[in-house]
Formats: sequence, structure tokens, C-alpha cells
Amino acid sequence: MAAAQEKTARVGGNGPSLTREQFMDAFHEMLLIRRFEEKAGQLYGMGLIGGFCHLYIGQEAVVVGIQMTLKDGDKLITSYRDHGQMLAAGMTPRGVMAELTGRATGYSRGKGGSMHMFSREKNFYGGHGIVGAQVALGIGLAFANKYRGTDEVSVAYFGDGAANQGQVYESFNLAALHKLPCLFIIENNLYGMGTSVERASASHELWRNGEPWGIPGRRVDGMDIAAVHEAAAEAVAHCRAGKGPYLLEMMTYRYRGHSMSDPAKYRKREEVDQIRKTRDPIEHVRQILLDAGVGEDSLRKIEDDVKATVNDSAEFAQTSPEPDPAELYTDVLLEA
Amino acid sequence: MATDILMPALSPTMTEGALARWVKAEGDTVSIGDVLAEIETDKATMEVEAVENGILGRILVPEGTQDIAVNTPIAILVAEGEAVPDAAAATPAVAEPATATEEPAAQPSAAPATPAAAPLSAPQPEKDWGPTAEITVREALHDAMQAELRRDPDVFLIGEEVAEYQGAYKISQGLLAEFGDKRVIDMPITEHGFTGMAVGAALTGLKPIVEFMTMNFSMQAIDHIINSAAKTLYMSGGQMGCPIVFRGPNGAAARVGAQHSQCYGSWYAHVPGLKVVAPWSSADAKGLLRAAIRDPNPVIVLENEILYGRKFPCPVDEDFILPIGKAKIEREGRDVTIVTFSIMVTTALEAAEELAQQGIEAEVINLRSLRPLDTATIVESVKKTSRLVTLEEGWPFAGIGAEVAMQVIEHAFDWLDAPPARVTGVDVPMPFAANLEKLALPQPEHVVEAVRRLI
Ligand SMILES: Cc1ncc(C[n+]2csc(CCOP(=O)(O)OP(=O)(O)O)c2C)c(N)n1
Ligand SMILES: [Mg+2]
Repeated sequence: MAAAQEKTARVGGNGPSLTREQFMDAFHEMLLIRRFEEKAGQLYGMGLIGGFCHLYIGQEAVVVGIQMTLKDGDKLITSYRDHGQMLAAGMTPRGVMAELTGRATGYSRGKGGSMHMFSREKNFYGGHGIVGAQVALGIGLAFANKYRGTDEVSVAYFGDGAANQGQVYESFNLAALHKLPCLFIIENNLYGMGTSVERASASHELWRNGEPWGIPGRRVDGMDIAAVHEAAAEAVAHCRAGKGPYLLEMMTYRYRGHSMSDPAKYRKREEVDQIRKTRDPIEHVRQILLDAGVGEDSLRKIEDDVKATVNDSAEFAQTSPEPDPAELYTDVLLEA
Repeated sequence: MATDILMPALSPTMTEGALARWVKAEGDTVSIGDVLAEIETDKATMEVEAVENGILGRILVPEGTQDIAVNTPIAILVAEGEAVPDAAAATPAVAEPATATEEPAAQPSAAPATPAAAPLSAPQPEKDWGPTAEITVREALHDAMQAELRRDPDVFLIGEEVAEYQGAYKISQGLLAEFGDKRVIDMPITEHGFTGMAVGAALTGLKPIVEFMTMNFSMQAIDHIINSAAKTLYMSGGQMGCPIVFRGPNGAAARVGAQHSQCYGSWYAHVPGLKVVAPWSSADAKGLLRAAIRDPNPVIVLENEILYGRKFPCPVDEDFILPIGKAKIEREGRDVTIVTFSIMVTTALEAAEELAQQGIEAEVINLRSLRPLDTATIVESVKKTSRLVTLEEGWPFAGIGAEVAMQVIEHAFDWLDAPPARVTGVDVPMPFAANLEKLALPQPEHVVEAVRRLI
């Protein structure tokens, strides 16, 4: 408990800043997610992506900043708002886009869709459509790390809305009780569908929600990649050292609707515009790089590369075949 | 290069919409994220944002237009200084929609309900495991876990009171001492949380045995059993198997009332991606639990509290194991087939004894496994007896008996001399009073009656 109480809500990065190369990499990664998601939105509009599709636009700094602090073998799990996590984890834009369009070349061979993608190779454990389920599953990933005696860490991402699920608190208890190396990330984008945090949670400081179990927490400016990186580095080190779980509340924002069919009546257009103008995580990094003397042409080159990658993924997705009808019956059970 | 802005699909069900209002006018400069227009969909009024920078060259569909099909060009976007084409002729904003999406190539509904209704292969005779010893079902379950914990370091047991207390029903007695608290782990009363945790661990390849103090409490965790454990292999295109066992006493105990007396057989057997076994004897318990622990899929083991203390012969062979998906004929007969599972096998055998006195030879099938169901053995038997009675403790509606009868109708209709009959628990929550509880559960005489009505 003491550890948790000592922490005050630090907004902004106090630790060492990122190097120019790290900022360049982050710019590239964040832009890839942004452009990928814009493309996904377009393909959805054209009827090429069906069903639910939850875009990550606006929240890019969170996942990119955290990923920079992880190492091979660390495990990841998140909700249905998962495209950004997957790209940051190193899954290919082609494989993700092909899954979004329900093609045989997608990560789940077309059987999972936007909300259900996995990669054993990249230790990405989904992609879960039941709000909050990934938190209990996430401590299970951390349990496995501990059981096997590795120093690997598991990261469980969930939303401000998910933070109201009972199983989140069951998971906090279990993770703290068994000192599981689990980094809990609340991506507080201020809304769960159309319900603002104030209307959903009597606790307005979600970073403190692990306090009863002694889980240290911090609130972080999730639009500032350096702040995310600094906080995540501290939290990951804590988990890796065997000191148990850690909770970070990332203050972020989604620019688009909850999913594609969101009428957006619960917030004002000006609110979105204001945040986009003043707090955009990518523009923030662009400015840092320009100030550091990086030329416009270098950034332009990154933008062109990203655009080419994204277009290639869309092309790949659209030209890939749908799954073979025989796929309907496979992967229900493994051969005993 | 000029690009068409197309009427977007803004919801999973939208095929057309109305253009309520243009927010931007011809000649306006637009950048990514700017609202261009408001569109009315089948659900709500939505804003359409620009996905590229440029100038709104021409508006093709005026505001107020109704019933505009998705993908119709509604405007043309041009670059600075570029001439505006007269009509939609420009490159669409992305590319042509793949025809595949518009007319699905794979028609799942055209496919058979089960892969190519394969002819049932003849049931295989059961392997002879040699000498047996009398042990209780409790010992059998304990021995199965002990053997598998010894065999595979990835196997561990978690649940409430499984370690220090030695098991709420003493199934895990002594396991903590032998395997330590890393592998025999007490859990707080937090089924939803620890089940999710165990499933997460299983997705990484560990092999948890989750003990529910009773299966009634698995309802707290049913989301993880179905949505997380059973479906992930499929949703991941075969990448993420989930080798996990969920076990605990199922069905009616004695005098514990409605919330502690329910059979979950049909609940779990309903779900593709799960296997479900329901042992009756000690041999069933040991052989099926070992198979469940070794199985790479999620397996539900429905035990029975009343059977825990009963003794049955069980093979002593150290390698003894049973296949999941194979029923056992517990008593042979030619006049009627009684299909049942778990503690109701005892009831069926008592009924068969009584029927024999009356000159009726009943064949009693112990299902052992509810999913996959051993349809071949059932059908083979009905072809011989021409009569089917199903027997279960659970409720009748959509129960296991309903499924067994349907399988027989599909595969052996012409052999039936009478409509199949069901004997089930009464369709009410379990009462507490001793007399009412007895009335709510199938008794041997109900089975005898059902059989006599068919003959
Ligand atoms: C158990 C459950 N309840 C309800 C839903 C429907 N639902 C999907 S997303 C969502 C809002 C979640 O908001 P939040 O956790 O803040 O995540 P965000 O969408 O903002 O990323 C709801 C209610 C669901 N998928 N699962
Ligand atoms: Mg949210």
C-alpha cells in the first residue's frame, strides 16, 4: 500500500527523454498505425470490411511507447481495439489487413476478424471481444511467465469502460497475491462507447484503483510518447524484477467513433477538434524532430514509406482469396 | 489526381443512406479528418470525414437526396490547381470493391450441417486392461491427477481449498505435500478471475486443472470457459490451443437445494470447441480424467458427489487410460436400449435388473462422454433392440436425451418400433424437502415404466 500511496499522479515525462533515433522510430510506428487505421476506415466505408471495426486513431503513443520498453518473449493481450497493438508488436500490416477483410491470408485465416487476431510468434494473445476478459487472461499470461521461471512480463491493455468489470478487480487481487509480472494498462480515452468516465465510474482516478491490493499506479499523459515511455520503463522494470503487478492509466483520446457506426452524439465535435489540434501524439513528435533539426524531407520519406506499406497491405488484402469453404470445419479441436 | 468520394457504409447493416447535409462546399479546401457531410443511416445521423487532403472539386449528389447506395460517388476531390472532371470518372478513393465481398463465394449455408454426414463406423471393442482392484471414485480421480502431475511438469491444479484444506471433497488429498504450492494452488473465491487466469496460462501451453468446488460455481466463469477457452483455437486460425481441464461435482447432491443441484451436461455439451465427459465408475473416473488432462483441448469433467465414496473395480495397470468419445455397454440386452450417464447409470442398472425379472432384457449404455457423443454405439444398439429410452438427472428441455433421441432418429429411424422415450429430472428447480427432492429425480421405477410403455 505504501508504494501506491507515495505515487502521485505525475503527468508528463520526468525521466530521461528519448534519443533522436527513438523519436524517429516512434514517429514511423505511430504514423503506420494512423495511416493503417485510416485505410481500414476507408475499406470499411467501401464495404470491404464488415461487422465491428474499432479504430485506434489518436491513441498511438500509448502502444508505441510501451512497446519500446519490452523485450522478446514479453506477452501482450488487449481488447477488440487491437490493430495498433498488433502493428506495434511487429505483426505484418498485410496479415492484419487481410484478417480485417476476412481473407485466407489473414492472421486467423479469416476466421477471427478485426476483434480476434493472434500471433504465437509475436506473443500477441488477442484480440478479445468480451470487455474485461483480457485482464483475467492477461494475468494468466503473467502466471505462465512466473511458473516457467522466466523474467518475461505480460501487458494487459483495457479501457476505462472495462475498468468497471468485476473480473478486473479479481485479477488485481490475484496478480498482487501471487506477485505476477503483469503490467496493467488502462487506456483512458474518456469514453466507453458513449458513456464518459464520470458517468460510469465513481472512482475518477483509475490509476489508484489497484491501491487496496498495493498495486503501484501512475497516471500518464498518453498523448506524449516520452511520458509513456518513461512510465512504462519504470513499470516494466518493476514487474521484471519480480515485485508484482503495476498499473498505468494512460490519458488518451480516440478521434473516431467507438466503432464505425457511432453517431457520436455524446461528445461535441469541438472537443475532438480541440484535442486533435493541441494534443495530437504524432504532431507532437513531428515537432520534436523538426526542433531537433531533422529535415522535412526525412519526415516526408517516412510518410511515403508508411503510405506505400499501407497501400500494399490494402492491395494484398483485397487480392487475397476468401478462406476455402472447408475452413469452416477446421480448428474447432486439436487432434488428441 | 482526382478521386471520387464514395457513399460510405457507416454501419454493419447499411446498404443505402440519405445525404442530409453538405458541410463543405465546392471549392473548399479539406484536410484529413474534416467533416465533409452528414449522412443519415438506418441507425443515426453520422458525419463523413475526409480521408485525404485536397479540394472539394465537385459535389455529385446534392443534399437532401435519399436512398443513395453505398459506394456511389458523391463528390470529387482534386489536388490544388487540378482541373475538375465533370462527372464521376475519376479513380475511386481506394480501389474497386472486391467482387468476393459483394457475392460471397463460400456459401456456408450450402454446406452440410456436419461435415459430409459420414457413415458411422462400427464401435470398437473395449481394450482389456487386465487385473483390477476395488477403489472409490474419489481415489480414482486423485490417482489420475497424481499420475498426470508426476508425468508432466506443465500440469498444475488450482481451485478453492485444493491445497491446504486437502480438497473440499478430498479429491486432492496429499497432492500439496507431493507437488508443492507451485503446482497445487489454493485460490480465493474468485471463479471468474482464476478461471480466466488459468485459461490465459493454458493459451501459453501450460496445462491447468481447474477444480470448481461444484460445477454450479462454474457459472461465475462460464464466459471464460466458452468465449475464451472453447473459441480461441478457431478464432486464431488454429494458432492457440487451450489444453485445460475444468472439473468438479455436477448434478444433484443431497438436500442442498436448487442452487447446488443442477446438471450442466447439456449446457457444456452444446459448445463446439469443448469436450465433455461424465464418469460413472472408478475406471471411468480415472481413465477419463487422465485422458482429459492429456487432451490438447478444453475438457469439462462432470463428476458426481454421491459417487465419490462408491467403490468400483478399476484396472491397476499404471498406464490405464480411456479414450474420450467412447461409450460403454454396461449391460447387454436385446429388448430396449437405455442410454444414460454419470450416477444415472446406477439407476439404469437397477431398472434393468427389475426388467429382467419381468422378462425384458435391457441394454444399458454408459455414455462416458457427452461431447463427442458415441453415436455409433448407441445406433448399433438401437438397431438391435429397436427401442430407446434416455435417462438423465437434468431437465428435459434441450437436454442430453433430446440430442440422443435425435441422433437415433437421424441414423436408425427405420429400426425403431416405438417413439424414443425420455426419463429426466422434473422441470423445476430442485426442492429441498426430502420427499420433494426424491420426486424431482428419476428413480428406477420411472425407467421401468418408460420401458414397459414402449414394449
Ligand atoms: C462483457 C461485455 N459487455 C458489453 C460489451 C459491448 N461493448 C463493447 S466495447 C464497449 C465499451 C468499452 O469501453 P472501454 O473499455 O472504455 O474501451 P474503448 O472502446 O474505449 O477502447 C462495450 C460496452 C462487450 N463487448 N462485452
Ligand atoms: Mg474507453
